[in-house]
Amino acid sequence: MRALRTPVGAVGATLLGLVLLVAVLAPLILGDRATAVDTDDLLAGPSAEHWFGTDNLGRDLFLRTVVATRLSITLALAATGIAVLAGLLLGSLPWLLGPRLGRPVTALVNILVAFPGLLLVLCLATVFGVGARGAVLAIGFAGAPTFARLCQTLIAGVGSRDYVAAARIAGVGRVRILLRHVLPNIGEPLIVNATIAAGGALLAFAGLSFLGLGVQAPAYDWGRLMQDGLAGIYVHPLAALAPGIAVVIAGLAFNLTGEAIAGALGVTPAVGPRAWSVPVRTAAPEMPAPAEETVLDVRDLAVSFPGPSAPATPVRGVSFSLRAGESVGIVGESGSGKSLTALAIAQLVEEPGHVAGGVTFCGTHLQDGGDHDDLLGTSMAVVFQDPMTSLNPAMRVGPQLAEVSRFHQGLGRREALARAVDRLRAVRLRDPERAAHAYPFELSGGMRQRAMIGMGLMGTPRLIIADEPTTALDVTVQKQVLALLATVRREHGTAILLISHDVSVIGEVCDRVLVMYAGRIVEEVAAADLRDGARHPYTRALVAAVPSMTTPLDEPLATIPGQPVDPAAVPPGCAYAARCPLATDQCLTEEPVLVDGVACWRAGEPLPSELEKEARV
Amino acid sequence: MSLVFEQVSARFGRTEVLHEVSLEVPDGSIVGLVGESGSGKSTLARTAVGLVPVSGGRILVDGVPAGRRSGARSEARSGVQMVFQDPYSSLDPRMSIGESIAEAIAGRPSRGERTSEVARLLDLVHLDPGRAGQRPGSLSGGQRQRVALARALAGRPTVLIADEITSALDASVQGAVLNLVREMQRELGLSMLFISHNLAVVRYVADTVAVMSEGRIVEHGPAADVLERPTHDYTRTLLAAVPGGAPHPLTKETR
Repeated sequence: MRALRTPVGAVGATLLGLVLLVAVLAPLILGDRATAVDTDDLLAGPSAEHWFGTDNLGRDLFLRTVVATRLSITLALAATGIAVLAGLLLGSLPWLLGPRLGRPVTALVNILVAFPGLLLVLCLATVFGVGARGAVLAIGFAGAPTFARLCQTLIAGVGSRDYVAAARIAGVGRVRILLRHVLPNIGEPLIVNATIAAGGALLAFAGLSFLGLGVQAPAYDWGRLMQDGLAGIYVHPLAALAPGIAVVIAGLAFNLTGEAIAGALGVTPAVGPRAWSVPVRTAAPEMPAPAEETVLDVRDLAVSFPGPSAPATPVRGVSFSLRAGESVGIVGESGSGKSLTALAIAQLVEEPGHVAGGVTFCGTHLQDGGDHDDLLGTSMAVVFQDPMTSLNPAMRVGPQLAEVSRFHQGLGRREALARAVDRLRAVRLRDPERAAHAYPFELSGGMRQRAMIGMGLMGTPRLIIADEPTTALDVTVQKQVLALLATVRREHGTAILLISHDVSVIGEVCDRVLVMYAGRIVEEVAAADLRDGARHPYTRALVAAVPSMTTPLDEPLATIPGQPVDPAAVPPGCAYAARCPLATDQCLTEEPVLVDGVACWRAGEPLPSELEKEARV
Repeated sequence: MSLVFEQVSARFGRTEVLHEVSLEVPDGSIVGLVGESGSGKSTLARTAVGLVPVSGGRILVDGVPAGRRSGARSEARSGVQMVFQDPYSSLDPRMSIGESIAEAIAGRPSRGERTSEVARLLDLVHLDPGRAGQRPGSLSGGQRQRVALARALAGRPTVLIADEITSALDASVQGAVLNLVREMQRELGLSMLFISHNLAVVRYVADTVAVMSEGRIVEHGPAADVLERPTHDYTRTLLAAVPGGAPHPLTKETR
């Protein structure tokens, strides 16, 4: 239904509704008048009585065009139905038959798709015989290969999903899996394409009838009417043009509707309570002058996104700063706002996201509206979780790195490439010359992540923001990448902001840790104290929930009950209160602020589980 | 109730990814399988449930060969079930979680039996049975993984294979799922092959640990021995890389 709200969707659906209504009603109401022969008024031009004129038997052309809607649409839909069904059958055969037997079917479909469509229609039309039925079959089967290919691709996509594997393990047969799991999940794109194909079938049908291969007299569709009108095209152009216009309108109706549905399906509707208003500050807050060696100073950072009734603010009032050479970690669960904080600092939050608050980087206020691309390009580096998606797959690694220096430092192509190779060597890639000539997919995950860090080192970065840089990597490679970050920090005095959900990774690399929950920093603690000196109940629960190599094996792991907070429905009071064993009435109503490194009304008080453990000892 | 791999080999095209792997999951125990990506852990798991054909050797479930037959129904009878890594792709988004679980129930139960069995399974994994009608879309990652576990248990498996079941989950949720795994194993006496790249997680759940590298098992023994007194260099390398440090200082450093 969301499709209807777009202008394209509204126009398409209205047109389609109108066309279908005419198709149903016109033959009932006007059918007799459209076949009424009037020998006194043969081949007349347009008049008040006959808007589009009459044909060689004196029949009203306007009425005939309107009445022809039903046959034209019915035939087009029938042909589309055949195309979809035959395509579905042919497309699911490879999956049903398995890889070995399926290969010839795939090959056949490939050959058929390569065959020119129009030729296939004409060829099939002569095979199936002249007439409406033959034309339906011809157009239907000519459209089948396209759908077969589409179904094959869609089925292969769904077929590789784990739920299909799970069904196979559970002993569900292939046909049953196809009907229960695969077809329902490819239905949407199939329907969209069928709608668009119906428009095409309509056009093809008009073409066939126009050529005399389709509908035969006394039946008539738009193509037939066009052919009849063609003889007098110079005298009464409207006789041939009117059915043509009808084809265009109906075709547009199908295509626009299909397009609109396709567009709407790409987005999932946002649901859930939105009972929360955000104080979005537009004016930058007063920025106290940061200390001399401060690289990054973040004040009252908030990121909000528009919601259906009220905006959601996944990051709310985050403030912290980094000194040169300092390494700070941000830890939190998915949805805590930690990655968004990193994006906001790097000025990478895209519309419709709105960033408020102040970010001062190397003494420059980044939100003063000026162009800071050169500063960001050379002094700030961002490393993301998946280096495969942050490197351009179609470009060799070396030139990709070199681009940074060519744009921001004005180096020539050769110099920039030399620097890229040098930087790849600096991140200890074995054989940097070869790595520079490789495409990203030719490198392993760890090598790609090194190359990304190398890209950050093309300038002289004052700050590296690393967002889950090792989550996709194996432990041994993770260790190497973390060691590399530490080396860069030591050698260049680069500050590092490391974002991770892994408490132990943060503990390994960072001096200080910021713990985020529901878009706020709830605790700031020295990394060394994370395991034993944390005061916020959330931090302590998070640390206890992760098994380490020394976790006692005879006790269950600590868990955090309940669900993380939906950023669109943050409760009043402390966001963690609902899951916190220490929560009091105050926690539920008053939001604690970050005082002395912790935002909690009951910071440092022993948790029930800890008391239990002590009692046991 | 045991799962035995006897010199199992598997290949993708011309590349052999498993080289005569022999591994036993004894009755009622959890065997942890660790190794880096590409070491063949998941492929080994998939051979046991027939998703990957074996090119050599055989797999015995309770002493009966399984896995080599490609027919889907035969695997169901072999009593091996699997839980996958990604809870977002392992449940059909178009099916209610109750239907997904019911589909895996062995035999041909009546409608009433199915409903009560689904309720029992959901209760077993600590989910409200009243949610059986919900679609996976309204569940969190941890809850989905519970549903996936319930679906695997619906087949009344004698052996359960858990392939990286917590690596897509948040820390707070991972703990709950691991507790559940240990609880299930204790209560149902399941034999389990628990695959993970996280050594601390494997240490917590497994009785014995097998280390895999480049398609071969390089070390296998009681968890405490393998993780505290590793004999193979590769195991030492893995242990040394664990963030936060291994329980015992290791002399060998990675490069």
